[in-house]
Amino acid sequence: MSMDARYTPQIEPFFSRNGWIALALLSLLAFVVVPSLFVFVPDTSAFHISAYTVTLVGKIICYCIVAVAMNLIWGYTGILSLGHGLFFALGGYAFGMYLMRQIGRDGQYQSDLPDFMVFLDWKEYPWQWFGTDHIVWALLLVVLVPGLLALVFGFFAFRSRIKGVYFSIITQAMTFAFMLLFFRNETGFGGNNGFTDFKRILGFPITEPPMRAALFALSAAALIGAVLLSRHLIRSKTGRILTAIRDSETRLMFSGYNPVQYKLFVWTLSAVMCGIAGALYVPQVGIINPGEMSPANSIEIAVWVAVGGRATILGPLLGASVVNGAKSFFTQSFPEYWLFFLGLLFILVTLFMPRGIVGLVNQLRGSHK
Amino acid sequence: MLQGIKRAIGCALFAIGLGVSPAQALDADAVSGLASEDFATRMAAIDAIAASSDAAALELLQLLQNGEVYLTEDGQVILEFDEIVDAVTLEPLDPEPDFYDSVIVNNRMRSKLSTAIAALSLLSDDREVRYDSARALEDAEDPQLLPVLAKALSTESDPEIRALLVHTRAVLQLKSDDPDARLQAAEALGESNQRRVRELLAAMLQTDASGAFVEPVEEVREAAEKSVKSIDRRLLLIDHAARLFSGLSLGSILLLVALGLAITYGLLGVINLAHGEMLMIGAYATYVTQTIFRQHFPEAIDWYVVAAIPVAFVVAAAVGMVLERTVIRWLYGRPLETLLATWGISLFLIQLVRQIFGAQNVEVSNPSWMSGGVEFMNIVLPYNRIYIIGFSFFVLALMWLMLSRTRLGLFIRSVTQNRAMAACVGVPTSRVDLMAFGLGSGIAGLAGVALSQIGNVGPELGQSYIIDSFMVVVLGGVGQLAGTVYAALGLGVFSKFIEPHIGAVLTKILVLALIIAVIQKKPQGLFALKGRAAA
Repeated sequence: MSMDARYTPQIEPFFSRNGWIALALLSLLAFVVVPSLFVFVPDTSAFHISAYTVTLVGKIICYCIVAVAMNLIWGYTGILSLGHGLFFALGGYAFGMYLMRQIGRDGQYQSDLPDFMVFLDWKEYPWQWFGTDHIVWALLLVVLVPGLLALVFGFFAFRSRIKGVYFSIITQAMTFAFMLLFFRNETGFGGNNGFTDFKRILGFPITEPPMRAALFALSAAALIGAVLLSRHLIRSKTGRILTAIRDSETRLMFSGYNPVQYKLFVWTLSAVMCGIAGALYVPQVGIINPGEMSPANSIEIAVWVAVGGRATILGPLLGASVVNGAKSFFTQSFPEYWLFFLGLLFILVTLFMPRGIVGLVNQLRGSHK
Repeated sequence: MLQGIKRAIGCALFAIGLGVSPAQALDADAVSGLASEDFATRMAAIDAIAASSDAAALELLQLLQNGEVYLTEDGQVILEFDEIVDAVTLEPLDPEPDFYDSVIVNNRMRSKLSTAIAALSLLSDDREVRYDSARALEDAEDPQLLPVLAKALSTESDPEIRALLVHTRAVLQLKSDDPDARLQAAEALGESNQRRVRELLAAMLQTDASGAFVEPVEEVREAAEKSVKSIDRRLLLIDHAARLFSGLSLGSILLLVALGLAITYGLLGVINLAHGEMLMIGAYATYVTQTIFRQHFPEAIDWYVVAAIPVAFVVAAAVGMVLERTVIRWLYGRPLETLLATWGISLFLIQLVRQIFGAQNVEVSNPSWMSGGVEFMNIVLPYNRIYIIGFSFFVLALMWLMLSRTRLGLFIRSVTQNRAMAACVGVPTSRVDLMAFGLGSGIAGLAGVALSQIGNVGPELGQSYIIDSFMVVVLGGVGQLAGTVYAALGLGVFSKFIEPHIGAVLTKILVLALIIAVIQKKPQGLFALKGRAAA
């Protein structure tokens, strides 16, 4: 039930010395090495990094941000959300609206409206699209939409002390309901095709290497920001309370704390982080559709964190990378075995690796760090 | 070859015709009208033949419909049986004509023919034939039918057929020139339950371009208005009845799915995300049973569903028990991890079924006694839905008996209420967990049998109902069957009543919002156990 004391950091340093070095190296890699190898080194060179690789890694970085967010709410606070895919997709849709606007008249029907609206014979943008031609408003939406939804949903859920599996199931129903909603054409977001065929951001073509490199670097920056933020949060007093909620909420309440506001805060923060990740993901992958909101996607997020190791700094990053790396390997080479693998991963990790890869490594090292 | 068959059929029909009445009843003038080049004359000829309302006329019209009435070059109407005969006298032609062609029947004639044939069939001796033709005439709009209807009504004694005929006659009389007839018709049609009739009556109340009422007589208008209102009330009632039925049907399925879920959740505190796959296993067990019956007991194929019930229960229960022993029991006390592990199991099972049976849906057909439906007012309640409602209450009753009357039930209740205490007094909790999990899965298997009869059977079958049934468990609370029952039926009926207004998707969202609202007041569900037992 309760986690060992070793998972609640005492007055620990922010990062160990090795941690800082790793962070510096990774930043160098993300901001300097990869972009320049991709943009400036010609394709013929052995050192050139292909657009495919940059996109794949950029995509995984976005997943890592989601995993960090999931780790905050599940790993540290002990609340398993099965709806984080929704926040991710909402962020993606919010920025996707801006991207659709940027297509301008280059769509198939040469209209001011996106193709799917022309197809539905709509004459003007519906209200949801108001202001989305301004990137600032679109970026605000990326934060506001998942944030507000999480705030309202969380307020009602936490206030009535819904917890444990109940909460998980309800978040799952929430993302399922939204998926159905977004599948409808009348909702105004392209129905089951969603958004695709993006052309440019701020007037710059989206598929050109400099833009790809910029998106990649931005994603990396967002990930580093997310890691630093969550690390800072967990070391703070708020972070202590969050772990206390996980380990014994009743005792915390008897100590005079009201867990609702803490839960609500971390839940909303986590949703916003997912929204940002979604907004970075969509321009790199080039498509967003309601499939992203399927309950399966949200559960997969949980397993990334479980595989890597909950309540650790590295765990979510490792988990998201390993699972998604395996996914792109399997879906290319043995598509029919991917579900077997994923299913077994869920079962075996929960049965035999409750502390994930990080826990396993620590165990092998025999250390308590 | 084909011609031979046609002849044989023609002969048979002809013989029947002869047996019933003398053929010379046909009016020669009317029949020769069929030979006319003029379309209107041909139409009139059909009317004239139909008006004679005897068996020979019916037979001739049927032959005409089949394109087996012919014309010689000099305009004689002939039929072709063993030999070529004149259509009126039935005398063989001598010499046989060298060249003849079918009477041309275009679409308008065809529809007139089918009405006329139906009208003539009203006089048949066979109740089924009369009933079918009365049904066929329900939508007829040709006032020329009135005399035939009157004739049929004068002899008809079957109340069901009479009602149909009276109704049809009233509809036709609405167009009558006689205001009294219209008034009577408008009054009589207040008993109707058809939207079409309502529109006809409502149309009488409209004004035309010049501002005059379509129906000039005020009295008739009043009667029509009254009838419109009464039909509206009836239609609304029927509508509600239909929704109630589909709500009950959905609710009973949710109940079947949620029963097993509620047991395992109540007992083990574990939500089994692979529960949906137990449904799928049950449905595939039904499919396999059907295949075995088709191959080995084709004569008993209608009863394969009955045989599938125990098969599905045992298979799903066995799978469930294996899962409990190998995976779930190691995770007791860690409910969130169980959620993930059972999700993994569900992915695994889906893919396994895909590999064995293919990703496509498999075909499971209703046995004959489950297809079709019983008609109520003017809606059809399908038998398979009715049986499933009955089946789910049967399962519910069994569950209730099992939980309240057997030793295992006693154990399950005791462990649900207080696991530690039950263990102290010697209840083998681990065995109870195993049995309960098997029971829950087995019931899901039964639900799978039911689902196979109303929907597609494919690897993703379980996914479509599972979230709704979780909602049932969340809403109903655990520990009591009553909670699950009320929540399942309530959600089913509520959804079906809301759906026509806001659509299926918004209904789902509304239901979710309502459930969240309900748990604001009742965090443990509507029917949670009270006191310490709930903890």
